[in-house]
Amino acid sequence: MKNFQIIKALSSSSAVASITKDTSVMFIAGGTNLVDLMKKNVVAPDKLIDINALDLKKIEFLNGKVSIGALAKNSQVAEDQSIKEKLPLLALALAAGASQQIRHMATVGGNMLQRTRCPYFYNTDMPCNKRVPKSGCGAIGGTNRMAAVFGTSDSCIAVHPSDMCVALAALDATVLVEGPKGKRQINFTDFHRLPGNTPEKDNTLEIRELITSIEIPDNNFTKNVHYLKVRDRSSYAFALVSVAVALELKNNVISNAKLAMGGVAHKPWRLTETEDFLKGKTASEDIFKQAGKLGMKGARGYGDNDFKLTLGANAITEALTIAASK
Amino acid sequence: MSKTSNINRVDGFAKVTGSATYSAEYKTPGVVYACLVGSTIAKGRIKTIDTKKAEWAPGVLAVITHLNVDKPSGYEKAKDKHNFGQPLQIFKDDSVLYYDQPIALVIADTFERMRYAASLIKADYLKEEHATELKKAADKEKKVETDKGNDYHRGEHDGYKNAEVILETEYTIPTEVHNPMELANIIAKWEGNKPVLYTKSQGVEGTRRSIAGVFGVPVEDVEVHSEYIGGAFGMGLHTWPYEIAALIGSKKLNRPVKLVLHREQMFTNVGFRPYTIQKMGLGATKDGKLTGLTHEAVAMTSSYEDFMEGTVNMSRFIYDCANVSTRYRIVPLDTCTPIWMRGPGEATGSFALESAMDELAYKLNLDPIEFRKRNYAEKDLEQNKPWSSKFLLECYEAGMEKIGWKNRKNEPGSVKEGNWLVGYGMGTGTFGCYRSPTSVKAKFLADGNLVLQCSVNDMGPGTATMMTAIGAEITGFAPENVIIEMGKSGLPKGPTQGGSATTSSVGSAVHDACNLLVSKVMTLASQNAAFKGIPITDLTFENGLISSKKDNSKSISLASLINSNKPEDFEVENLSKAAEEAKKYSIYSFSVHFVKVLVNPNLGKIRLAHVVSCADIGTVINQKTSAGQMFGGAVGGIGMGLMEALEIDHRFGRPINNNFADYHVPVNADIEKQEVFFVNKKDPISNPMGTKGLGETALVGMAPAIANAVFNATGKRVRDLPITLDKIIETVKV
Repeated sequence: MKNFQIIKALSSSSAVASITKDTSVMFIAGGTNLVDLMKKNVVAPDKLIDINALDLKKIEFLNGKVSIGALAKNSQVAEDQSIKEKLPLLALALAAGASQQIRHMATVGGNMLQRTRCPYFYNTDMPCNKRVPKSGCGAIGGTNRMAAVFGTSDSCIAVHPSDMCVALAALDATVLVEGPKGKRQINFTDFHRLPGNTPEKDNTLEIRELITSIEIPDNNFTKNVHYLKVRDRSSYAFALVSVAVALELKNNVISNAKLAMGGVAHKPWRLTETEDFLKGKTASEDIFKQAGKLGMKGARGYGDNDFKLTLGANAITEALTIAASK
Repeated sequence: MSKTSNINRVDGFAKVTGSATYSAEYKTPGVVYACLVGSTIAKGRIKTIDTKKAEWAPGVLAVITHLNVDKPSGYEKAKDKHNFGQPLQIFKDDSVLYYDQPIALVIADTFERMRYAASLIKADYLKEEHATELKKAADKEKKVETDKGNDYHRGEHDGYKNAEVILETEYTIPTEVHNPMELANIIAKWEGNKPVLYTKSQGVEGTRRSIAGVFGVPVEDVEVHSEYIGGAFGMGLHTWPYEIAALIGSKKLNRPVKLVLHREQMFTNVGFRPYTIQKMGLGATKDGKLTGLTHEAVAMTSSYEDFMEGTVNMSRFIYDCANVSTRYRIVPLDTCTPIWMRGPGEATGSFALESAMDELAYKLNLDPIEFRKRNYAEKDLEQNKPWSSKFLLECYEAGMEKIGWKNRKNEPGSVKEGNWLVGYGMGTGTFGCYRSPTSVKAKFLADGNLVLQCSVNDMGPGTATMMTAIGAEITGFAPENVIIEMGKSGLPKGPTQGGSATTSSVGSAVHDACNLLVSKVMTLASQNAAFKGIPITDLTFENGLISSKKDNSKSISLASLINSNKPEDFEVENLSKAAEEAKKYSIYSFSVHFVKVLVNPNLGKIRLAHVVSCADIGTVINQKTSAGQMFGGAVGGIGMGLMEALEIDHRFGRPINNNFADYHVPVNADIEKQEVFFVNKKDPISNPMGTKGLGETALVGMAPAIANAVFNATGKRVRDLPITLDKIIETVKV
């Protein structure tokens, strides 16, 4: 790791003003991902703006929505009694991520900005278009068990590693950001992006923009929800495939459905077609099996990750079954 | 049960409070910080190496490469570098033999400056084609004429082929890494021409010999400290290039140098369990009598050392079978040399053998335990000797009872709990019991303590606790009055800690030295005026008091005896060895692991609902440390069965999961219920305490137990470890 400066920001506007146009200055919050990346020389900023002193930690229940500050800790949100009651899907997804120690450090905003866990991204001796544009994709033709099956490109098949973001994508959250041009809002499902020819960009955040909070509209997804995470061990492992399901059931008829998947794409993968298919149907084993198949339509394997096509369909079916039975 | 059979770990408090000093933690005035820079290719030559930026970086004291190294004198003497035991000679020349092979040593005044400087070193290479994939390098297969490498035949060669029922199968295990919590580390310094090392070693005496050889100094001049070890699992059985590098750096700067490998280097530079392909051929009569068994293994080694282990050995003796053939070949690949990893050889071999036994049991429609009982070996047919003791049947019985084997059905997939498929499986483990010549010094001090000294290490199994228990038992001292001095050179010579032999070797030496010490003191006491006319046989020694059995008013305290005599009258140093009688017997530990799995076939999820490990290890010296070792070994076996694999991208010859986030080992949540059980019957032959070994059998046989349980649950036979979920679910296109 090279020497770097660290400066404590006292307001979000001063934090934003400290950032230069290149990547030599970066924000740091919990640091659970950034510090790793710096140790491994994947990123090497000259200056870090420590935003932990900013007043962005609150969880507020406002009229028609819940607002969560970007600096709220993952564990703080996951263990908040009102979040557990009103947004149980978010609490479940957060609890499935990382370890308790990491959740105590990691923030909501930082979680959204964590980089892929693709091994080729982390190993600076390997080609990776995301780390070094135009250096090639090591994962295509390489070891790609964790890789994406949706929305891939010839330059990148990495997946976004977050659990929390999968739930937020399903719950129609909005991201609030502040930048030199002022404040703006981004639909959560538009926040992360597909790799295309510019996989170095994970999201649509502009340089010098700071995430200040997320907002989740009120909904009735308080009962029939589930976050199913399929992984190689029972704790502290990234998802091979995960499914966030939120259902509204009336007399076993699905009046509303939200589904998103993790571990399958460069962004949390919302399954709108499957949601439309489910609406108005009576919950049944057969319908959920059909939904699983529909959800994985268009998926493409890259060798080691071919199993995700079957696993993904089965996971959708399983998550729907569990959510409906609650 | 004796009063010492369940004492607490004597170093437990020091370890959990952080007061135990591990190698890199020694306070060493003037110490400077070093690290190794690794090659970024798997094979070739270093064309140029640019060290200028690093040399000019702040705080840098030295950058050493093959271009400027002052080569240790022993490099020249080691003529044939292909002989085992002569590891890679670091910085010897420009050749690169594996990915991440050290090509430069950077030393700076602080840790941070050292790491930064290291990142500035860049090398250009003349690349050569590398081979890192065992399956594609079969043409390089070679037979090594050693005890381990020679073919073995009993009865008819490949006699299984003539059997009524035949099974032919192939199994693979991937490369697995030791990766103990404590990283490989060293503080190296020179006192004149004498090297002093604080290092992570499983054998102080072995490290001394290696270092003496490399630097051309007398063995007795090498000082090694390795008093606490945060796990090693076999990786500390080798003297590695990083240790030589630190000594080279220290010599150049004439300062103490601290070098701690970073976690990624633990995957590439300090050995691993070798990738191995095994072919099994089993033949039996229709009623389940084994008539032939052939076990062939092909394992990887490095291009510069022939590493071999006892992969096929268990197949020669564990079952009663007239016709047995084993063959073992190695293939040199462009990697670091493998090294023994917990249950070396047998862990790999048992996966193939015990999986194949399970497969054949299904073919014969027999319960797997019943099949094993029908082929129970009443004696060791390989050596044609009786067992010293064997309570394997007791292990089977205990395990069946605890796991609920009666609930198992032979038909796969026929037992369910809710939506979960239930499967039961078992696997047998064994490991030879060895005893090495060991010296221990025992001495009584006037302050009421007993001191036991031996250069042996304690890498975690509880060696110091075992020594305390045996010393306390024999002298009648309280365990808290036993002081252990161990893990450094200059003490009476102990063995390397490995092969499950430490208790047998060191425990026996403690036993013998303490008995001799008590006799010596009793003889001295009997000459005291207080016991005039009392024969020595009428004296007792209890609670530090020597007294007449018939008249306990006649007594002398040990302390007063010590104060009125010379201190050397109260110490004994003794070399203890196995009895000749032991050679007439075949001495093995035995274990059986039982597993109950719950499988969700749609998600491939395998839950370990219950794990039971039963072992015949002779006398159990300490229930707590033994149980701890058995739990840990079993968990290691679970990792082997379900998770562990070093993934290599063979295009580059580089590992891609060389970190703890991607290389998985089990977590608590993976194992829902775990139990261990010991037969705890004394072996009459092995050693004075009647112990056998534990460390290895604790792991051997677990991986096949899991594979067999998964088959019983799902009907899917996984022959390639680890059993990840993608091997369970169907991978059909949607």
